[in-house]
Amino acid sequence: MGMTFAEKVLAKAAGLPEVEPGQIVTVKPDHLLTHDNTAAIIGKIEGDLEKYGVVNEELPIIVLDHVVPAANEKTATGHARVREFAAKHDLSNFYDVGTGVCHQVVVEKGHALPGRVLVGSDSHTCSYGAVNAFSTGIDRTEAAALLLTGETWFRVPPTVKVTLRKKLQPPVSAKDVILTIIGDISAGGATYQAVEFHGSVDTLSSLSVEDRFTISNMGIEMGAKIAVFPCDEVTDEYLKSLGVSRDDYEPVWADPDAEYAGELYYDLSAIEPAVAFPHKVDNVKEVKDVEGLEFQQALLGTCTNGRASDLRAAAAILEGKKVAPSVRLLVLPASRAVLSEVLEDGTLEKLVDAGALVLPVGCGPCLGAHQGVLAPGERCLSTANRNFKGRMGCKEAEIYLASPQTVAASALSGRLTDPRRVA
Amino acid sequence: MRVWRYADDINTDMLFPGKYTYTCSTPEEIRPHLLEDLDPEFAGNVKPGDVIMAGANFGCGSSREQPVVGLKDAGIAAVVAESFARIFYRAAINQGLVLVEAPEAVKAYREGDEVALDVESGKITVGGRDFSFPPLPPEILAIRDAGGLLPYARKKLAGSR
Repeated sequence: MGMTFAEKVLAKAAGLPEVEPGQIVTVKPDHLLTHDNTAAIIGKIEGDLEKYGVVNEELPIIVLDHVVPAANEKTATGHARVREFAAKHDLSNFYDVGTGVCHQVVVEKGHALPGRVLVGSDSHTCSYGAVNAFSTGIDRTEAAALLLTGETWFRVPPTVKVTLRKKLQPPVSAKDVILTIIGDISAGGATYQAVEFHGSVDTLSSLSVEDRFTISNMGIEMGAKIAVFPCDEVTDEYLKSLGVSRDDYEPVWADPDAEYAGELYYDLSAIEPAVAFPHKVDNVKEVKDVEGLEFQQALLGTCTNGRASDLRAAAAILEGKKVAPSVRLLVLPASRAVLSEVLEDGTLEKLVDAGALVLPVGCGPCLGAHQGVLAPGERCLSTANRNFKGRMGCKEAEIYLASPQTVAASALSGRLTDPRRVA
Repeated sequence: MRVWRYADDINTDMLFPGKYTYTCSTPEEIRPHLLEDLDPEFAGNVKPGDVIMAGANFGCGSSREQPVVGLKDAGIAAVVAESFARIFYRAAINQGLVLVEAPEAVKAYREGDEVALDVESGKITVGGRDFSFPPLPPEILAIRDAGGLLPYARKKLAGSR
């Protein structure tokens, strides 16, 4: 019997010839991602760190991104503590305020490679499935234990196979694909499971690493442990552009006769612009059925949709036009590298000319800690990944999730608009 | 056992709002905000030995462990749900908070039903009806029996170095 991606990666990591769903294995992940919460994590093990040190200084990747620059004395103190920790233990993968959102940074810096195992104390760690990595979220306590021991356990997940067919019809985008899937299978539809994305060479090569990133990023919003794409020419080219040598990674993919817990099929050419209504990510509707809904804030960016291609797609719609006076359009590039890219190619100028306010690279208002908190009764149309009640700092506000194209098209009028009518 | 009953897809923002994530880490800081946006009655009235009974996908969303730390500190005897989100499930093991996945028991529960729980034998009684749930695998029980993941890791480290 053949094995799935998850089974192969976990068998190899555990040093076993084969594994089966339900089996518990012990593995040593290649990397452990932590962010601002590093301060709380090391606070749990201060004495242990004195005694044992960090198990391997290559293991941690630390990115300060959640509340950056610091919003108050408490968050500033947390950042200072993390800097001190990184220096003291000579950690090679520490990225300070202003580098970017952790998930973007992990991929951009070449830490997430095909076939690797990464865990992170952030639920959207599943993003690196975009580059064929096995990556998933854990809590702070597990991150603390990993810093000391370097190992953890996994229950081998059953896998759902999602086969994509044909190609997207722009301005329909990868965001619409993942929102549609989550709407279909529900917020718990893939709980405990791995999700593999399959397709013909033609179909998969039409999805850039950035598109795949958006899809894998939201795997957790359907409960998935991982959401992974195969490594193909698109992946190889992308990694080459980062300076990663083809000799540095070993892609892994499912056997043709692997056994799946379920199979789904999506015709990309039939996907419609989608929007997730409050307060659940699976409350998905087609934009064309709900046009006209008024909103006051628009958020373009985040780890879900803050890459250059996302900002370019929005700029193409907004170029030479003005955002409605009733709308605050916030732009949140996913990293400094993205910011440089969109500065150089004129994308940022188009967005600013249209009326956008550019925020510092990082998580910004996505988790409600600062920079764009909503007032009671307000609505935000956002390219982020969560619309939970209270997520943007106010439980009487509403968050709607859509693609960069839909957000840009809608920002022009302050009313939800199908991007096909504007683009 | 007193029961706090909640629906499907209770996410981590409902259990502990994200805006406090980087300002509250200790049990004392977490307690007043537990379930703040879901049930304002909870934090002030929860008592040790109470049970939370919820639908599917409990604890979905972020990886924040504050809800688990807070519920454990509040003395919640167990969270009984139809299913749990995976990071929440791991966080509970790591803190020693008891989770019971018993969909039939949750579906059978009606307001006012007496609920009794026997974790060791894997039995939950709801309104006089018994339901069984599978025991945790031995690898996971070892973590719980050590008092959580950090005590477990410390024991291993002390033995290996």
